[in-house]
Amino acid sequence: MSSIFPLKHAGRALPAMPARPWQASPAQRIRRRLAERAIETMLLLAALVAVFTTAAIVAMLVWESVVFFRSVPLLDFLTDTQWTPLFDDAHFGILALLSGTLTTTIVALMVAVPLGTILAIYLSEFAPFRVREVAKPFLELLGGIPTIVYGYFALFFVTPLLQRIYPELPGFNMLSAGLVMGIMIIPYVSSLSEDAMRAVPMSMREASYAMGATRLQTALFVVTPAALSGLASSYILGISRAVGETMVVAIAAGMQPNFTFNPAEPAATITAYIVQVALGDLPHGSIGYQTIFAAGLTLLLITLLFNIIGHVLRKRFREAY
Amino acid sequence: MIPKSFTAATSEAGVAEIRRMIARHKTWDWLFGLLGTLALLFATLVFAALFGQMLINGVPHLSWEFFTSFPSRRAASAGILSAWVGTVLVMLVTAIVAVPLGIGAGIYLEEYARKNLLTDIIEINVTNLAGVPSIIYGLLALGLFVYQFGLGQSIAAAGLTLALLILPVVIVATREAIRAIPQNVREGAYACGASKWQVVSHHIIPYSLPGIMTGVIIGLARAIGETAPIITIGALTFIAFLPPSPFSSPDHLLSFEWLLAPFTVMPIQMFNWLSRPEEAFQANAAAAGLVLVVMTLSMNAIAIWIRYHFRKKIKW
Amino acid sequence: MNTQTTPSTKPGTELKAQAKALNFYYGDFQALKNIDFPVEKNEVTALIGPSGCGKSTFLRCFNRMHDLYPNMRYEGEILLYPDGVNIVDRHVDPIEVRMRISMVFQKPNPFPKSIYENVAYGLRVRGVRNRSLIDEKVEEALRAAALWGEVRDRLDDLAFNLSGGQQQRLCIARALATDPEILLFDEPTSALDPIATAKIEELVSELKEKVTILIVTHNMQQAARVSAYTAFMYIGELIEFDDTKRIFTNPSSKLTEEYITGRFG
Repeated sequence: MSSIFPLKHAGRALPAMPARPWQASPAQRIRRRLAERAIETMLLLAALVAVFTTAAIVAMLVWESVVFFRSVPLLDFLTDTQWTPLFDDAHFGILALLSGTLTTTIVALMVAVPLGTILAIYLSEFAPFRVREVAKPFLELLGGIPTIVYGYFALFFVTPLLQRIYPELPGFNMLSAGLVMGIMIIPYVSSLSEDAMRAVPMSMREASYAMGATRLQTALFVVTPAALSGLASSYILGISRAVGETMVVAIAAGMQPNFTFNPAEPAATITAYIVQVALGDLPHGSIGYQTIFAAGLTLLLITLLFNIIGHVLRKRFREAY
Repeated sequence: MIPKSFTAATSEAGVAEIRRMIARHKTWDWLFGLLGTLALLFATLVFAALFGQMLINGVPHLSWEFFTSFPSRRAASAGILSAWVGTVLVMLVTAIVAVPLGIGAGIYLEEYARKNLLTDIIEINVTNLAGVPSIIYGLLALGLFVYQFGLGQSIAAAGLTLALLILPVVIVATREAIRAIPQNVREGAYACGASKWQVVSHHIIPYSLPGIMTGVIIGLARAIGETAPIITIGALTFIAFLPPSPFSSPDHLLSFEWLLAPFTVMPIQMFNWLSRPEEAFQANAAAAGLVLVVMTLSMNAIAIWIRYHFRKKIKW
Repeated sequence: MNTQTTPSTKPGTELKAQAKALNFYYGDFQALKNIDFPVEKNEVTALIGPSGCGKSTFLRCFNRMHDLYPNMRYEGEILLYPDGVNIVDRHVDPIEVRMRISMVFQKPNPFPKSIYENVAYGLRVRGVRNRSLIDEKVEEALRAAALWGEVRDRLDDLAFNLSGGQQQRLCIARALATDPEILLFDEPTSALDPIATAKIEELVSELKEKVTILIVTHNMQQAARVSAYTAFMYIGELIEFDDTKRIFTNPSSKLTEEYITGRFG
């Protein structure tokens, strides 16, 4: 590009305007343009790290799983109900881990969905400004507590509490883990749901109030239906969180694979199994080492499915307003 | 519910019925308000129980020695020295990697990216990564950092793992903070003859910094408490020594040997203690958990404070 | 519709810039159609027309603001004198154009920095480090923007603490500090109260001594008060360009007359 500055700047009519001492020389201009390019490239590379990470995750899981599925038929993996990869009589039935994952997730959702929704409706439509200003950061703080602390809480507080009501309950059980996991994801569900409800335009509420509706009627008949896909997405993303949660279940539900849907029994989830293997000392490249990648791949596919559904729902909701 | 006709409303009986109906509706309103308050109360109680449980069990064990002792086979004299030093060092690596990458990626996506396939791919990946369970990052790190890169079970491997884990948090926070800056500020700067990078470095970064800081702190608070990925890379749990000091190099240069040293971190130490059968160690776990909770909660509180404080200060 | 011949200023005056057959497109949509338009040096030229007529779009061509957004295209020329460079040429760096032609926006848009730093910003962008030169320029610009007296004792205050009218004058000072050759005003008073508006108008009339001014306004009285020339635009076309007095008293185009007399817009 050529300079657009006149080589010799035409003098101004007024003496108050001196020639500009800050005009860049052509060399400076080229240097600046190169620097701009270099910066943009560096920023692009930073953004590409996200792509590389995903690619690396998929490559790593698929690579080890391919080796795994060379020795274990996919059909056995999907239909066998025992998961005993480290025994002499090795079984590789992912169902034994999926049952644990499914059960704990359902228990968690039974806590998180109703409580999260009630809190969202309450905070978005009912709570006075002051309550909301305190409650929202408080819930955020609850969501920020490390999961291992929730695991401790489940094992040493909730389980003994449940055992008082139901003495036969074993020390490790999916019920306690699921309940605590549910509490853990309440802030997640409630904040996403509240965002969805907040996004419903005020004019819709006003229309409802103008017809003589009360707050609850407005919330239930106008706001909630309008925010429905947003609520649904918060539940779906909550499921994904519960499925991927590790420490609470590893600590409180035990790490023994157990094909059962009874929450009162101990069982391992996919994540707990990975932890259990990692705690041991499995040699790199053994079949036991490969199992955690096969299990991880299964986990990734499940969470990916829910994440996609959740995001599609959220996007649809966002587009609506 | 609704009176049969409007004329009914003008009759005395009709008015009475409408009033009854309104009263009924208001009762429901009140009941739901109560339900919401109870739900909040429940959350508060859970928090109180969680905190109280650890407080009761952990406080007796909290002492100066607890912070200055290595873990030990005897519960009473075991401490978290190696754990907190490990946490600090791992967080250092995480922050150094994740903060520039996350902010850079956020700036790229908001200010530079053109609407094209590449941008879409990057955006999908960022959204997707935010939803990947943390243990999957552990598996990635196990295969990639520990074995492929040969970093072993080191501080560097753990720091990089957690950096990737919180990268989406930093990116999303950066983007949201940048989006809050009105376009007319950018135009004002461009109209002064600023180049793109000048606009970004003089305006976009400074004005979005509170929001970015909030995201960084929340991300780091999350990383501090992450246990699963660190366990997955096979971090040792019994570490009764400190990594080599960065100042240990004989030629007066900073030494980076510590990056490759074995380590333990707070949540791993806590997990180790709480999975021991002896009850004495559970008190240690409670004490460690207390320290961990105080660390993460205060970081989150700082982040929330920054957000509220600066939201008030700058009104566009 | 363009009934008259190529618009021109009074004979014997010096031109600062001139648009020649300028077309502008947002994607497939043609926002400006074949515009010929002279800008006389050290005078105020006003652009009027109903909303969406393209007057702001046209103004923003002069400092290549459109280049910030994708999918746009210039055709034709805007020549900047005395050197006669075409500033909408693809090979001309928009940043260099903006260094010669600055702009004041519809809504005051100071940076959340101190008053001093706001005015000094253009100099900083140009890499000026000489503190005394910056001091001098900041004062000069604030004086020229009739703001010096009000802010001289609080140059380190945040610019957001100023009133709307003061903020807009600050933005004018910011634009002036780098000695632009042309100053563009995009409806500079639309967000201000009548008193602040009067001050800005007064300022515009004074500033033409130093700098050539191009102003877009929605307010016809404002155009009549401050400008020497007025252009009337309608749906992307320049309908009429003339001496302001003539435009408002004896327009040659029927459309202009209808707009001036308030029959539409």
